[in-house]
Amino acid sequence: MKALTTEEIRAVIARGKLRDNLFKALGIFCLSFALLVIVALIADMVIKGSERFTLDFFLNFASRRATQAGILSAWVGSLLVMFVTALAAVPLGVAAGLYLEEYAKRNWITTVIEINITNLAAVPSIVYGLLALGIFVYQFGFGQSILSAGLTLALLILPIIIVSTREAIRAIPAMIREGSMAVGATRWQTCRYHIVPYAMPGILTGVIIGLARAIGETAPIITIGALTFIAFLPPAPFAGEPAAGLFDWVMAPFTVMPIQIFNWTSRPDPAFEVNAAAAGFVLMAMVLSMNAVAIYLRYKMRKNIKW
Amino acid sequence: MQSQETPTLKAEARNLNFFYGQMQALKKINMPVYDKKVTALIGPSGCGKSTYLRSFNRMHDLYPGNRYEGEIRNTNLLAADVDPIEVRMRVGMVFQKPNPFPKSIFENVAYGLRVRGENNRRVLDDKVERALRDAAIWEEVKDRLPEQAPNLSGGQQQRLCIARALATDPELLLFDEPTSALDPIATAAIEELIHDLKKRVTILIVTHNMQQAARVSDYTAYMFLGEMIEFGKTDEIFIKPKDKRTEDYITGRMG
Ligand SMILES: Nc1ncnc2c1ncn2[C@@H]1O[C@H](COP(=O)(O)OP(=O)(O)O)[C@@H](O)[C@H]1O
Ligand SMILES: [Mg+2]
Repeated sequence: MKALTTEEIRAVIARGKLRDNLFKALGIFCLSFALLVIVALIADMVIKGSERFTLDFFLNFASRRATQAGILSAWVGSLLVMFVTALAAVPLGVAAGLYLEEYAKRNWITTVIEINITNLAAVPSIVYGLLALGIFVYQFGFGQSILSAGLTLALLILPIIIVSTREAIRAIPAMIREGSMAVGATRWQTCRYHIVPYAMPGILTGVIIGLARAIGETAPIITIGALTFIAFLPPAPFAGEPAAGLFDWVMAPFTVMPIQIFNWTSRPDPAFEVNAAAAGFVLMAMVLSMNAVAIYLRYKMRKNIKW
Repeated sequence: MQSQETPTLKAEARNLNFFYGQMQALKKINMPVYDKKVTALIGPSGCGKSTYLRSFNRMHDLYPGNRYEGEIRNTNLLAADVDPIEVRMRVGMVFQKPNPFPKSIFENVAYGLRVRGENNRRVLDDKVERALRDAAIWEEVKDRLPEQAPNLSGGQQQRLCIARALATDPELLLFDEPTSALDPIATAAIEELIHDLKKRVTILIVTHNMQQAARVSDYTAYMFLGEMIEFGKTDEIFIKPKDKRTEDYITGRMG
């Protein structure tokens, strides 16, 4: 084969560069389209809901009059449900992930379990709602409570936490594990002193991504029967007459942000659309700030973990 | 060298076979390990040096599908009824690539003691200092014990790993090419250290470097394709090898 002349080489490069630029333009277009949609959504909610961004909106209960209706029970409900969800899902998910990575023998049973966990993440959330209605609400008698909702969402995000725990553990080099075992440590000591602490940034990221998903879930919460109109808060520990117990609030009826929003959008009075937009923005802000916390924590913790 | 001294036996491999699943990596290995001596394992890449070394602290037990046959006697290292964790409590290991934990320098060395349930701060301080002195790194790190260990230089990390292994007073210390990732100065420091350590502890060292084997070891074993070809006093192996394959390897005609 004859060597290419300078002109031919330049022509080849020019053709390649043309494609480079075409793809670059396409990429920028797609990216800005996605960004634009998000910005438009947020801007739309801010503009529509601007009248409601007052302290009262956060401190008022639902009301028949749109201007007086607020999101107090909804945001308190959302936070409490998230608390129960995290409390249930984190220990279960981390323990399951740790077991699968560090203890389980590789055989067909673990393979089946692994495939199923991955598939669980794809189960429609309404199915979890149906399951929870049967088990938590009726069978266990938890009723239409914060506890039922928290456990339902915990099931929903369990696969996310298990998978992110396993991925975080797998990123730890084998030589760290061997270094620990080589001084005579047991598997448990290796997990406690090394695997769990080093996997923590990844685990936390998974937890927060899971919670961010759970906080916006509507279908399973409706299925288990969250109220849509609620004008009281769950009993605070030791408050009231007679004094409430430390955990009485978990059995209280409740509502959450997405249900409140859904309720307002389905009212005939267009004034409620303002409330819905404002509450939508608040929910969005909650999710985004959770993600921000995840990014910050990961950055903080990763700084000290390198090999 | 006092050639008439008879060394005592620390451990002994007898008809040791080892399998990674179906693949046999060690074939009928017989070799003595003498007390408070340095034994070098040499041989071309992939001949089974690491595999052999890792049999001494039962590292293979961490992974499914690995299988031993035969035994490593005297310290009962391979006896079926000895818990591998008990073996690892008495046999220290230093790896090819320094592998400090992403923790403080202090915690790296204290780890083996903590695993043994030692939490008394005075005892820990004491033993950590002694281990760091024995590993010839105390002067460099004594003012920065709370700092993260992975920030140390490669040579310092490797000496820290040696200190980590020494802190729990092992009877046998395994080194798997401990200087292959280090520069010549750090290598010299580690070699000197090994020389000092053999007063207290029995050492097995895998090395790719013929000069290193000649410098640090009392005995040398040449391995090839999973077999132990020749074992003897280092001087004799290097000056007058009995096996043609050993001679070819040492003189650089192979591997
Ligand atoms: N975990 C493993 N699984 C399967 N085969 C392995 C494994 N580790 C090493 N081997 C094989 O065993 C043989 C000996 O390897 P190794 O002991 O690492 O050699 P050396 O340390 O002498 O270079 C090689 O053929 C290698 O490919
Ligand atoms: Mg090797």
